[in-house]
Amino acid sequence: MSINYILKRLLWALPTLFGVAVVVFVLVRVVPGDPIAMMLPPGATQEDVGRLRASYGLDAPIAKQFLVWSGDVLQGDFGASISLRDQVLPLILGRLPATLELVAVAVAAACVLATLLAVLGVYFRGRWPEVAVDGVTGFTLAIPDFLWGLIFILVLGVLVPVLPISGRVDPTGAFDPATGFYIIEALLTLQFAALADLLKHIVLPAAALALPLAAALTRVLKGSLADAMNQDYVTLARVKGYSRLRTLWQVALRNALIPTVTLTGVQFSFLIGGTVLIEHLFSYPGIGNLAIAAVIQRDLPLIQGLVLTFAVLFILTNLIVDMTYSALNPKVKQG
Amino acid sequence: MMSLAFWRNPRVAFGILVVLALAIAAAGAPWLSPHDPLDQDLLNSFQKPAWSGGDAAYPLGTDSLGRDILSRLIYGARAALIVAFVAALFAGLLGTALGLAAGYFGGRLDVAISRLVDVWMSFPSVLLCIVLAAVLGAGLHTVVIAIIVIDWTRFCRVVRAEVMVQKSHDYVASAITIGLSSWRVLGSEILPNVAPLLLTLFTLEMGIAIVVEAILSFVGLSVSSGVPTWGGIIQEGRLYVNQAWWLMALPMTCIVVAVLGLNALGDGLRAALDPVKSK
Repeated sequence: MSINYILKRLLWALPTLFGVAVVVFVLVRVVPGDPIAMMLPPGATQEDVGRLRASYGLDAPIAKQFLVWSGDVLQGDFGASISLRDQVLPLILGRLPATLELVAVAVAAACVLATLLAVLGVYFRGRWPEVAVDGVTGFTLAIPDFLWGLIFILVLGVLVPVLPISGRVDPTGAFDPATGFYIIEALLTLQFAALADLLKHIVLPAAALALPLAAALTRVLKGSLADAMNQDYVTLARVKGYSRLRTLWQVALRNALIPTVTLTGVQFSFLIGGTVLIEHLFSYPGIGNLAIAAVIQRDLPLIQGLVLTFAVLFILTNLIVDMTYSALNPKVKQG
Repeated sequence: MMSLAFWRNPRVAFGILVVLALAIAAAGAPWLSPHDPLDQDLLNSFQKPAWSGGDAAYPLGTDSLGRDILSRLIYGARAALIVAFVAALFAGLLGTALGLAAGYFGGRLDVAISRLVDVWMSFPSVLLCIVLAAVLGAGLHTVVIAIIVIDWTRFCRVVRAEVMVQKSHDYVASAITIGLSSWRVLGSEILPNVAPLLLTLFTLEMGIAIVVEAILSFVGLSVSSGVPTWGGIIQEGRLYVNQAWWLMALPMTCIVVAVLGLNALGDGLRAALDPVKSK
């Protein structure tokens, strides 16, 4: 993995980002419903509306608006949010850590769950645990994260209220974080009561995101594990006296990871898209929740900034997946 | 083409049963519903379902305005089926046309179409969907258009890959050698061989469309409560979930069963139509 390769990939991302920016810019400007008119009190005159519109630069032709906006963006200025009357970039950066923590917890949970289920299924090949694993993955895969979220809210939040279904942290608690990464901060500063509260809040949204991903991972990993178990090096390990479980865990698993990462890379980007709805569903204060509010409020600068942020996250995820792939498989050389 | 094993597969049987139930509910909504789905009866609001001690006149209970839930669910099935069918059909047509062209003609056309698909898929689809819904205004047609605009890429990618595989087979080379035009080769040689795959994708897409409708209703961008949809009933039920859990639970069950059924049918079709797997 060379620095050159990474730079090249990042350079390639620029035309994609530009395309995304153009499409969103034009789309949100044909939206019926005037964000400026919504800002002013009912008595405002046409003149007031015009003056405010000019102050946001919304009276110029779309092409000119785009030039001004992209020039500002290149200098790190994403403009001011119309509905929240604050700078867009600090708004997004303030919410981003919450989303990143949610994604990290969901991905980690999905990977652990998938590995356990796949090893279980392959170890008990042809017996009832394998049938159970196949049944559970098939069922879990069919139901998208949004429905899992609704099911969790109804069953674990309302009917048998065991876990909180809204927010990121207990607002009455004593936790006063200095950074946006609450879980990491609580862990590093040894505030275990706060950590427990944070984890309780993140369980349901993370589980809703993790379940479909875990099911997809299990399916692919189980297939590749079964293939790997038929290979010569596995037989060799068995001849050397490794137990079946140890062979599976130490020899086959490593080889089965390569096809799994390749085939499921795209699933990781789906998970980032999934945060939009899941955050809205659980009132979790990340950028996904902010995005839905921005669209409903017709907050043009905020929508543009958020969509670009999501596109950057997608591109970085794909890059990380590809890098993991070549790190796992030394035979792949990219240049 | 379909073996007996296909029809005896319990998952396929379940899938067909679900699709049939949806079709019957959709077609027979006015006759099957015990009440008008819009009739309000404020004296009978929040009636429990009949099995947990509610009024037998409202088998599945009533909502905050005393509207009959069973009738609203049956009319909701109609909306879900229409949205799912029309959206999957047009997304399929658009994606297949572009996928066929990219896979068959290759070259610059392929590069252009594939690049477009890449850019398209790097949008968070949920966000694009919500932006589109805001642009187009609320309504079932918005849901349909949003699904077509977003999901044609699913068909395009798969069809393109499949056409490239088919193109390398001898039968395509012979068709070209005997002088058939590109249109004839595509239409009467390649398309029939891609059709089983399309049928599978179409079934799965219908399931996706039903969920997208629910998502847009949930965010408040689908239709007004004048048109009963499953997503709309969930959204209204969420406000009263602590006093009337069934308002959310019943439409959620409908969506889960419909999505599981369409998935089971799609998987069954894929297994039955895949010559390697069906051996």
